[in-house]
Amino acid sequence: MTTLDRTLRSFLLTELVSGFALTLKYMFKPKVTLNYPYEKGPLSPRFRGEHALRRYPSGEERCIACKLCEAICPAQAITIEAEPRADGSRRTTRYDIDMTKCIYCGLCQEACPVDAIVEGPNFEFATERRAEMIYSKQKLLDNGDRWEAELAMRQEADAPYR
Amino acid sequence: MAEFWTDFLWPLILILVKILAFILPLLLAVAYLTYAERKVIAAMHLRKGPNVVGPFGLLQPMADGLKLFIKETVVPTGANPVVFLMAPVVTFTLALVGWAVIPVSEGWVVADINVGILYLFAVSSLGIYGIIMAGWASNSKYAFLGGLRSAAQMVSYEVSIGFIIVTVLLSAGSLNLSQIVRAQSGLWYCIPHFPMFVLFLISALAETNRTPFDLPEAESELVGGYNTEYSAMTFAMFFLGEYANMILMSSLCVILFLGGWLPPIAVAPFTWIPGVIWFALKVSAVLFFYLWARATLPRYRYDQLMRLGWKVFLPMSLGWVVITAVALHLFGWLPPRA
Repeated sequence: MTTLDRTLRSFLLTELVSGFALTLKYMFKPKVTLNYPYEKGPLSPRFRGEHALRRYPSGEERCIACKLCEAICPAQAITIEAEPRADGSRRTTRYDIDMTKCIYCGLCQEACPVDAIVEGPNFEFATERRAEMIYSKQKLLDNGDRWEAELAMRQEADAPYR
Repeated sequence: MAEFWTDFLWPLILILVKILAFILPLLLAVAYLTYAERKVIAAMHLRKGPNVVGPFGLLQPMADGLKLFIKETVVPTGANPVVFLMAPVVTFTLALVGWAVIPVSEGWVVADINVGILYLFAVSSLGIYGIIMAGWASNSKYAFLGGLRSAAQMVSYEVSIGFIIVTVLLSAGSLNLSQIVRAQSGLWYCIPHFPMFVLFLISALAETNRTPFDLPEAESELVGGYNTEYSAMTFAMFFLGEYANMILMSSLCVILFLGGWLPPIAVAPFTWIPGVIWFALKVSAVLFFYLWARATLPRYRYDQLMRLGWKVFLPMSLGWVVITAVALHLFGWLPPRA
C-alpha cells in the first residue's frame, strides 16, 4: 500500500504541485521591499554610525583630551594631540579618526567620561575619495553640531537601560 | 527588367518584410520577457523587482540593453577569437531561424513548409553547437564544463522531446505546424495527451537550460557556465538567443498541445478575438510557467538530471507513442491522409 501511495505521489507530481501552489500564493502577498533612498527602516537609538564630537549647550566643546578613546580603540583609528588652551583648560589640538580603519565597535563612546565622542545615526557618509574618510577635529565638531538634536534624543532614549 | 522585378525582387522584399514583422516583435518580446522574469520572481520572493527606470520599471530592459551595447567586448588571451566570436552569433541566429515556421495565426507564417516540425527540431538541435563552441573557444574550465553539460543535457532531452512530438504527429497526421493546429480544432492535444504535455513542458525547461535544469550556468559551481568569459554584446547575444529559444519552445508547446491560435471554445465572444492574440496569450501562459518554475524549484544534480531524462522520460514517452499508435489503430481514429 505504501509503495502504491509513493508511486502515485511521484507520478502525480504532488510535491511539485504543492510547491508551485506555495510560490503562487506568495506572489500575491504584500511586498517587503523598502524603497530605500525614499523609504528607510527604523534605527535603534544604539545604532553606531558616523562619529561626532559634541558640545555643551554653552557652546564649549566637551572633549577634555583624556585620550581614553584613543587608548581603547581596537583599530587604532583615533589620533589625539593635546595642549593647555590660553585659558588654562586642557583641550585637544588634534582629534582625527581614520574612518577607513574604524570598525564601528562603539568602544570610544563607551570609554568617554564626558559623552564627547559619540556614534550618531548617520550611515550615509560614503565619499568618492579616500582622503575624505580621514575626519579632522573640525569635521567631527561640525557633525556634532549638525546631529546634536538627534544625538541628545538617542542618549535620552537609551538612558533607562544604562 | 520587369521580369526581374516580379519574379525576384518583389518576392524578396515581401519575404524581408515578413521576416522583419516577425523579428521585431520577437526581440521586443525577448526584452520584456527578461523584465517579466525579474518582476515575477521578485513578486514570488516578496520583492518589488525593477521599478525605478520608467513607470513600473518598464524601461529597464532598454537600460540593460543600452548598457550591454556600450560596454567593451573582452576576448580572453587564451581564447580562439574566431570561434569565440562566432558562438554567440550562431546561438542567436539559430534562435531566430526557428521562427520561420511558427504559425502565429491562420496563414501568418513566413515559411509554411510541410516538414515544419522536423525543421524546428533540427534547428533546436543545432543550437547546441553555439554553446559547445562558446565553451570550447573560451579556453576556461568553467565555460568548458558548462558547455559539456549543456550539450549532454540538450541531447538527452531532445530524444524524449522527439518521441513526444511523434505522439502529436500520429494524432495530427501532418508535419506541417499549421496543419497540426487545425487538427486540434475539436480538442486540444493537452487533454488526450496530458502526460505528454507535462513531459514536454519539463523537457522544454531542460532543452532551454532553465531552472531546475540550469546546470550549464550553475552560478554556484561554474560562475556563469558556457558564457563565463563573455561580455557586452557577445553576452547579450547569448542572452537574447536563450530567451528567444524560450519563447520558441513555448510557441512549440502551444502549437503542439494548446491549439495554437485557436480560441478555447469556438463560440461568439471568443472567435472575435484574432488568432494572434490567442497565440500570444497562450505563449505568455507557458512562459509564466517557466518563470514560476524558476522561482519555485532548486537546481537538479547532474546525475538526477540524466536519470530523469533517460530512465523516466524516455520510457514514458516511448510507451505513450506505442499506446497512442495502438489506440488510434484499434479505434479507427487515425487521421485522414493529407
